[in-house]
Amino acid sequence: MSYTDEVITLAHGGGGRLYHQLVEEVFLPIFDNAYLRQLNDSALCPSLGTALAMTTDSYVVQPRFFPGGDIGRLAVCGTVNDLTMSGAKPAYLSVGMILEAGLPIAELRRICESMAAAAKEAGVSLVTGDTKVVEKGKGDGIYINTAGIGLFPEGKKACPQKIQAGDSILVSGTIGDHGLCILAARERLEFDPPLRSDAAPLHDLAAAVQKAVPDIHAMRDPTRGGVASVANEWCGNGLSIEIAEEALPLSASVSAVAGILGLDPLYVANEGKFMLAVSESDTEAALRALRSHPLGENAAVIGRVVEDGRGLAYVRTPYGSQRLLDLPYAEQLPRIC
Amino acid sequence: MFKSNAALWAEYRDKSRIKLLCQQIAEEYSGPMRIMEVCGTHTMSIYHYGIRSLLPEGLQLISGPGCPVCVTDEKTVSAALALAKIPNIIFTTYGDMLRVPAGNTSLQRLRDEGADIRILLSPLDALELAEQHPERQIVFFAVGFETTAPLTAATLCRAKEKALQNFSVLCAHKTMPQALRSLLPGSAVDALLCPGHVAAVTGEAFFSFVPQDLKRSAAIAGFEPVDILEAVLAVVRMHAQGGAGLLNCYPRAVRPEGNPLAMKMMEQVFVPCDAVWRGLGEIADSGLAIGAAYREFDAAERFKAEIAAADCYRDNPACRCGFVLRGECTPEECPLFGNACTPDHPCGACMVSGEGACAAAYKYRRI
Repeated sequence: MSYTDEVITLAHGGGGRLYHQLVEEVFLPIFDNAYLRQLNDSALCPSLGTALAMTTDSYVVQPRFFPGGDIGRLAVCGTVNDLTMSGAKPAYLSVGMILEAGLPIAELRRICESMAAAAKEAGVSLVTGDTKVVEKGKGDGIYINTAGIGLFPEGKKACPQKIQAGDSILVSGTIGDHGLCILAARERLEFDPPLRSDAAPLHDLAAAVQKAVPDIHAMRDPTRGGVASVANEWCGNGLSIEIAEEALPLSASVSAVAGILGLDPLYVANEGKFMLAVSESDTEAALRALRSHPLGENAAVIGRVVEDGRGLAYVRTPYGSQRLLDLPYAEQLPRIC
Repeated sequence: MFKSNAALWAEYRDKSRIKLLCQQIAEEYSGPMRIMEVCGTHTMSIYHYGIRSLLPEGLQLISGPGCPVCVTDEKTVSAALALAKIPNIIFTTYGDMLRVPAGNTSLQRLRDEGADIRILLSPLDALELAEQHPERQIVFFAVGFETTAPLTAATLCRAKEKALQNFSVLCAHKTMPQALRSLLPGSAVDALLCPGHVAAVTGEAFFSFVPQDLKRSAAIAGFEPVDILEAVLAVVRMHAQGGAGLLNCYPRAVRPEGNPLAMKMMEQVFVPCDAVWRGLGEIADSGLAIGAAYREFDAAERFKAEIAAADCYRDNPACRCGFVLRGECTPEECPLFGNACTPDHPCGACMVSGEGACAAAYKYRRI
C-alpha cells in the first residue's frame, strides 16, 4: 500500500486520479443513494411539493472522535436538527469537506460511515458533496459543512413570538452531556460513569410531540450557549423565563464534572436535546409524548413563563433565592481551583 | 479517573438544611456584621446560590482578595505576555488567566493572533509537552495560592528528576496570611470565611492567626450552600458571644494537620518572597519564589532579558479593582462596572476570572 492510499495528500484535492479514487472508493459506496450516483455538479432531486426550509452549518470539533459520536455524526445531526427545530422535515443534505493533508484515510472512512449511519437514522440522503484539501498545518484534520433542505408543511409554525405568560418550558432530556463530553475528551479527563455526547437526530422525537401537541409555541435546540442561551432568546416584552433549578435533568456525571470544572450545565452545549414552550394545558400531553420516545425518556418541565414586566431569564433555587441567567459570554474556561 | 457521585453533593445542597440554617442565622444574628469571604470560589458560590438574599439585612458578605487571577499584578501579566509572544515558546497556564487584560491585549488575544498558548488543568501536563517537543521551550505560568502551589512544586520536582532542559515556570504563586495581615487591621471586616481547599492543604492551625493576632473570628468553609451557611452561622455565633475564634466547618475535607506531603513539597521547592498584589501593592513575604535548588527551572531567570525588555501594561486608571479586592468598594460602586467594564470587555482583573468579585456581581446582578 502506498502513502497516498493511507493518508490524504494535496493530490486528493486536485481533481485527478487520486480525487476520483477517493470518490469511488470512499464517498460513493458509503453515502450511496440514487441522487449522489448521478455524479452531476448538482444533484437533481424530486420535488417535495411543499414550501422548503434550507439551512447550513459548519463543524470544526476537536477531538474528531469522542464517546457517543464524532464530527461526522455531529455534522448530520446538527443540520437535521436545525431543520427540525424550524418545523421542517429533513430530506436532503449536502456535504462539504475540507481535509488537512496527512489525515488518515481510514479515519475519513470512519467519519463518512458515521455520517451515513446518522443520515439513515434521520431519514435523509446525502445527495451532493465537495472536497478540498489544505496543506498540513492549515486545518484541524477535517472540517465539515452540511447544508440541508427540508419539507415545510403548511400548518402551525412554532415561533418565539407565540410564547405566553403561563406557558411551560420543557427540555427533552438531560442537559450538558455533549459539551462536557467534548471538554473531557479534549483534556483527556476520565470519569466514572463516563460522559457521553448526546448527538442525535431529533426529527422523530419532535414529530411525536408535534403530533401530540399541534400548538407548540416555541421549539429550539440548546446547542452552543446551552439552555441559558435559549432562555435568553425566549424572554423579553415583559415575559420572564423562570427555570426551576431542582427540575433540571442532569446525569450524575454531568452534575459531578460540572462541579469539578466550575462550569454551569445551563451554559453547556447539547446536540441531541430540544426545549419547548407549550401552554399549561398542553404540558402533560407534551411531556407524555416526549417520555414515550427513547430519546425523550428523561424529559422534564424545567420552568415557566412569568409575566412580571422584567423580561429576564432567571433560575429559582429550591430554597427561595433567584439568580439571573445572563447570556453566556465568550468560551467557558475551566476554573483554576 | 474521577468517580462521580451526585449523592455527595445532594446533602450539601439540601433544601431543608439550607432553610433551617437560614432560620438559625436569623435567630442568632445580633446586629450589623461584615463577613469577608477571602476566596474567589466562595464569592462565586455565594452569588450562584443566591446566598446573600437568604441572610438577614445588615449581615453583609463582602468579597476579599482570594481570586488568584485577580491579584496577579500587571507586571507579571506583562512578563507572561512577553514570553507567550516568543515563537519558540509553548506557553501554558490555567484557563482563566487567558482573558486577563493588560493594556489592550491578553493571552487570549495573543492566542487568536497565532501564539502557541495552551490551557492546562494540571502543570504536570506541561512536562508531557516538554517531552513531546524537545526543540521548543515550554513555560508554565503558575498562579494561585496553597491550592495550586503544591502541584507546581510536584511538577518542578519531576522536571528535575527528568532533567528536562526545555521546561520552566513563571511563578506568581501567593500565600494568604501576609495579605490578610496587611489588609484586616483597620478594616471594617468583622469575620472571615476561610477557604476550605487552602486549609485542606495547610491544616486548620494555618488560620489561627486570624483570631489570635487579627482579633477576628474565622470559619473554615466548604463551597456548597450548606457549607457556607454553616460557616456564616459559626461566625455569627462567635460574634454574638463577643469573642474571636476559629472553627473548622469543613471537617469532611480539612484534617487538622492538612496535607503534610503537599506542605513538605512546597517547602522543598519554594521560598517566601515579597510579592506585588494587584490592588493591594507589595506585601512582604506574601509570595512564593522558586528556591535555589530549582532555579534552573525559573522562567524569570531563563528569560530575564526578554522579560526586562517587555512593555509593562497599566490598568485603566478609573478601575477600582484595588478597592474591591480590599473590600472597600463593591463592584457596583466602580464607575466602570457594567458600562466600560463587562465580562466581554473587562477593564480590570476582577471582571475577568469566573471567580472575580466583579464578574460574579455582573453575572448574577440583582434582579
